[in-house]
Amino acid sequence: MAAGIRDKVAIIGMGCTKFGELWNKSPEDLMVDAFKELLEDAKIEKKDIQAAWQGGPEFTPGSVGDSALPLAQTLKLPFIPVTKVENMCASGSEAFRGACYAVASGACDIAMALGVEKLKDNGYGGLPEFSHYATIGTKHRIIGANQTAPGMFAMLATRYFNRYGISPQDGKKMLAAVSAKSHHNGALNPKAHLRREVTIEQIVNAPIVAWPLGLFDCCGVSDGAASAIVCRADMAKQFRSDPVYVKSLQIAATSGEEEMYTDYDYTHVETTTRAAARAYAEAGIKNARDEISMAEVHDCFSITEAVTMEDLQFSPRGKVMDDIMSGRFNLDGAQPVQPDGGLKCFGHPIGASGIRMIYEMYKQLQGKADKRQLKNPKYGLTHNLGGIPYRSVVSIVIVGN
Amino acid sequence: MAGIASYGAYIPLYRLNRAEINSAWGGMFPVPGEKAVASYDEDSITMAVAAARDCLKGIDRNKVDRLYFASTTSPYKEKLAASIIAGALGLRRDIYAMDFAGSLRAGTNALRAAIDAVDAKAAKYVLVTCAETRLGAPKGDKEITFGDGAAAFLVSSTGVATSIEGSYAIFQEFHENWRSDKDTFVRSWEERFIREAGYTKLVPEAVNAALKQCKITVADISKAAIFAADPRLLGNVAGKIGFDAFAQLQDPMFMTVGNTGAALPLMMLVAAMEDAGPEQRLMCVGYGDGCDVLIMKTTEAIEKIKDRRGIKRHLEAKKMIPNYLKYVLWRGLMETEPPPRPPINHISVPALWRDREWGLSLTGQRCKKCKTPQYPPQRVCVICQSEDNFEPYHFTDVKATLNTFSHDNLAASIDPPTTIAAVDFAEGGRIIFNMTDRDPEEVKTGMPLEMVFRQVHYWEGIHNYWWKCAPIRC
Amino acid sequence: MVGITSYGAYIPLQRINRKVLANATGWSTSATSLPGEKAVANYDEDSVTMAVGASIDCLTGFDRNKVGGVYFATTTPPYREKQSAGIITTALDLRPDVRAADFADSVKAGTHALLAACDAVKAGSEKNMIVCAADCRLGRPGSAQEVIFGEAGAAFMVSDTDVIATLEGSYTLTYDFQDQWRADGEKFNRMWEDRWARDEGYTKFIPEAINGLLKKYKLNIKDFAKVIIPCIYLREHQGMAKALQLDEKQVQKEMLTTVGDTGTANSLIMLVAALEDAKPGDKILVTSYGNGADALFFQVTEHIEKAKNRRGIKKQLASRKELTNYDRYSSFRDIAPMEAGFRGEVGPTKVSMAWRERKVILALCGARCKRCGTPQYPYQRVCVNPKCGAIDEMEYYRFSDKKAKLFSYTSDSLAYSVSPPEMYGVVEFDGGGRFAFNLTDCEAESLAVDMPLEMTFRRKYVDNVRGIHGYFWKAMPPRA
Repeated sequence: MAAGIRDKVAIIGMGCTKFGELWNKSPEDLMVDAFKELLEDAKIEKKDIQAAWQGGPEFTPGSVGDSALPLAQTLKLPFIPVTKVENMCASGSEAFRGACYAVASGACDIAMALGVEKLKDNGYGGLPEFSHYATIGTKHRIIGANQTAPGMFAMLATRYFNRYGISPQDGKKMLAAVSAKSHHNGALNPKAHLRREVTIEQIVNAPIVAWPLGLFDCCGVSDGAASAIVCRADMAKQFRSDPVYVKSLQIAATSGEEEMYTDYDYTHVETTTRAAARAYAEAGIKNARDEISMAEVHDCFSITEAVTMEDLQFSPRGKVMDDIMSGRFNLDGAQPVQPDGGLKCFGHPIGASGIRMIYEMYKQLQGKADKRQLKNPKYGLTHNLGGIPYRSVVSIVIVGN
Repeated sequence: MAGIASYGAYIPLYRLNRAEINSAWGGMFPVPGEKAVASYDEDSITMAVAAARDCLKGIDRNKVDRLYFASTTSPYKEKLAASIIAGALGLRRDIYAMDFAGSLRAGTNALRAAIDAVDAKAAKYVLVTCAETRLGAPKGDKEITFGDGAAAFLVSSTGVATSIEGSYAIFQEFHENWRSDKDTFVRSWEERFIREAGYTKLVPEAVNAALKQCKITVADISKAAIFAADPRLLGNVAGKIGFDAFAQLQDPMFMTVGNTGAALPLMMLVAAMEDAGPEQRLMCVGYGDGCDVLIMKTTEAIEKIKDRRGIKRHLEAKKMIPNYLKYVLWRGLMETEPPPRPPINHISVPALWRDREWGLSLTGQRCKKCKTPQYPPQRVCVICQSEDNFEPYHFTDVKATLNTFSHDNLAASIDPPTTIAAVDFAEGGRIIFNMTDRDPEEVKTGMPLEMVFRQVHYWEGIHNYWWKCAPIRC
Repeated sequence: MVGITSYGAYIPLQRINRKVLANATGWSTSATSLPGEKAVANYDEDSVTMAVGASIDCLTGFDRNKVGGVYFATTTPPYREKQSAGIITTALDLRPDVRAADFADSVKAGTHALLAACDAVKAGSEKNMIVCAADCRLGRPGSAQEVIFGEAGAAFMVSDTDVIATLEGSYTLTYDFQDQWRADGEKFNRMWEDRWARDEGYTKFIPEAINGLLKKYKLNIKDFAKVIIPCIYLREHQGMAKALQLDEKQVQKEMLTTVGDTGTANSLIMLVAALEDAKPGDKILVTSYGNGADALFFQVTEHIEKAKNRRGIKKQLASRKELTNYDRYSSFRDIAPMEAGFRGEVGPTKVSMAWRERKVILALCGARCKRCGTPQYPYQRVCVNPKCGAIDEMEYYRFSDKKAKLFSYTSDSLAYSVSPPEMYGVVEFDGGGRFAFNLTDCEAESLAVDMPLEMTFRRKYVDNVRGIHGYFWKAMPPRA
């Protein structure tokens, strides 16, 4: 195995806008807001940035614009290399990966990643029907079922309940506990989209969106932007005393097996399992359940978070229910997950989410997470999933002091 | 073996110079030539009747066993157009009348089905008619290239003028040109796609397969009547197959008529038969959602049917539509101020039914005693007063002259003035008709006239047909 | 001898009691007191999908490569210019050099197509031809036609060997008779006063055609085991049988009260029903009606017994679901405009793609790896089996006729659907292969992991911007 990028790159500044239905903010406003916070945090000047990556699949067609030029023009970046990357909901992590790899390779010393998404110019909630935009080739517009994101993830729950003999009532309670925890955390976070605590009872009794997922099983649909600036690890202390180091950075994309071959069981996400195993090897982590202090995972739906706990080896296969119900992942639990509210409550502007997750880990490691602050976190993990359970790309980032 | 015993065609009198369309829309796309435009009172049914009458010239109509009508522009979605045509032609009532539709190959589909019927000995004489009045949306290329026209064939195993040697078909499921059930205008996908994925691929494939099946080569074909929306594409296809474009290809009438859809290959076949002598091999290629190929050989009998109006005579006898607006009005593409006249009378369907024979087929009667033809049918003879002593008498093909007329500017018409004509028939009988396809300046008492089948009213989804008179076309 | 060698039918799952229709507006029409129910095509069905359904039933046990032609009859084609028979042919995955033609404009076009197919086989032009007919006619809300019309399809294979019913003769009448009509550009049928239509047309033309046939072939009406008279008017249907001096057992049971007047399929579904019960030696007289009348005369052979494993009429009549709500019915037929929302907007259809992928989309063909044998959908060039990965060692593999089961599913209230909630699931095919498909003709509550499924051809969307009807396959619980 290659040496990897463990401790070669450091994060020296980050920015993140408030997420939400930002009717008065244009995509350009969001980029500038995230950029301003980043400059102030890193205490660097624009001219210090040698390359930049823009992430975002642009699920509202025509909102941000094609290519990386919207980023370059909006921030008036001085003729540096700027690249746009897209990997569906994992696009933010993809931009971060581009910046890290540039620095790790020695191609440049300081690089920026910025993810932005303007979803609320679509005219409806949620993402477009998946058959309406092609994830593989134009024919999927026709042969793809008329389906939505919640429905495709709901099929994980259907099969999970079936496989582990969980009644729909118990299953829904487990999923409700996942969302209730994130609502609790989101309420503590001024930048979060949804800031209201909800009870298990409210969640279980909410209208069904795609059976068995109800309204509170689904994450917020938001506008927002997030940014990060990374530099060579050996330079980091020149900029600040508390940089955060990248321990590993792994990504796995589906081979198509889950969708078309019959081995996939629909009770886990294969790309998460594969990327996590590689990330732990790169970071030198032997036991994720004990060693990872906290995580921000891609909880687009409550069931996604539940199976992700097993894929990340936080919980044994088939046993996540015990951990959820015992509060292991709560803010005061043994292994807090979604301390900032997660996609569920912080919100999910597609292109920004991957960097937003790192933003929370960064703040926690620096001790700047205010009411949500955890005690002495060592390793923080982010998990950013693009696509749907059976046709996905997953990015795992582990950061630490 | 089955073959074509007679042919006929119809091209409407009126032509629109494509320059008129082009200048109406700002002169962006100069396309040469002119297109044939059905008059305001014509549609696929009336044009099919006209072509069928041309085809049945000198033939006993009682012989016709079946009538197949093909069109993508039948005025009805539910009501057999072939039954109206059969009625207008005065055919027997125990004949199979069927409509073929849905595709620009409907014409060749019907022709092949007719050949089957004769070969299967299920019918002796099958009349095939095909007519189209397709619409392209104003300002588009299809408005410029589409034309209106009709063809008719009598298929039989006796008196065959061209004998069928073989046929071949392939179909291809794709949208090249289409019109959904809710559409008025034909739509199409990118021209390059139609050319590369469809026309220039399918036509050579089907033609070569048909040649192989008949064990002949390209050189054995005297004339090939190949559907062509665009003559340049035809040249491309001919090159691929190995046809000599000048000697072997039938003119697709792009410059004179335009693309007449399902009727085009059949009209081209009529034109080829007009020029053919005995023992010549002809090919007819229908195209649309696939490709139909028919290969046939002419016999001595071809010489006997050359008195049809066919394509040549209909092409020559023409009048130009003075401007684009008139075309727009004739096709009902523009809403206009209704005339300050009372609305048309409620149509009584039972009355139409009772009167179907004398109405639809213009059948009057002749007094058995004094031999006077009269119309509409009477119970008491207008001349000799004998009662209920009549025999049927068909007025449609009798020589007629104009007794008197008037050009009425008060009557509502899409093509004012309304010309009212008192028509005298050669063997007696007088009927008051509207005159159509006329230049008001040229209407003179005593002028010879002929009868034409036209649409006279449209009310509550009912297309109401009757006969009009017109100056003799050619 | 030439004739029918196989038959099939399609009756949509849902039925609506005529009282629901009559009570919707409360207006009194000639059909207000018509008893029974009518079959209602689901929102994703039309004349083309029902013809495919009937043809699949008809093709049971038949080698599809042997089919030489498809004749389709309807008065309600999705396109006026574009061959519907071509869509059907592609969906059935038949050879590309088959003869396809559309018969139209009259509700007796079904017997036109049947006769023309017999001609083609008799003339030696083709060996095996499919004839299918289906209609989805609409009556204006509150009209008698809305109560009378039903939706269904029928299909026959016409060949010259192993014939189960030979065509012995036919007789026809053509009249320009305006009882029911629909002009181009109109959505709803129109009808002249029904007293006139039935007294002057229906009850006159059919006996005239029957008598014409009897005379032509020197037959007696008593020679026939079954006489099929399409039923449009219940009382006149019985009256005509009586006037023709038919025994009760000679009269093929009407389907007006169970399915409705199904247009071009009307006589043909009754013929399927007659063939289901036919014995060798039976003579069957089929009449059809519409701008005249056709009379066809069939003789049943000893091969009839081989063709009895079809779904046909009996099984599909028994497999039914009640639609109790007029509003749902009207939304299925796009009678009342429904809010689709921006989410329901259909992206423009890419026609060149649909053409390129026609075998994958319309014929539901995937690939099977020649090296490892794994079936996979859609067609892949690189094998999806992680242990294989062969490149370009594929053959086409048809999934539309494979049995399947439901691996996982959901019912989705967010996705736009005419009949919410939208249902879909991961479908695992017997023999291998899996893909996510929409589910239809089932209830969200009835879905269960591992439930058996079969594939059904449906209209997936209508692209009104480009005037395109988009067809694809869905999965549904087996009907019978």
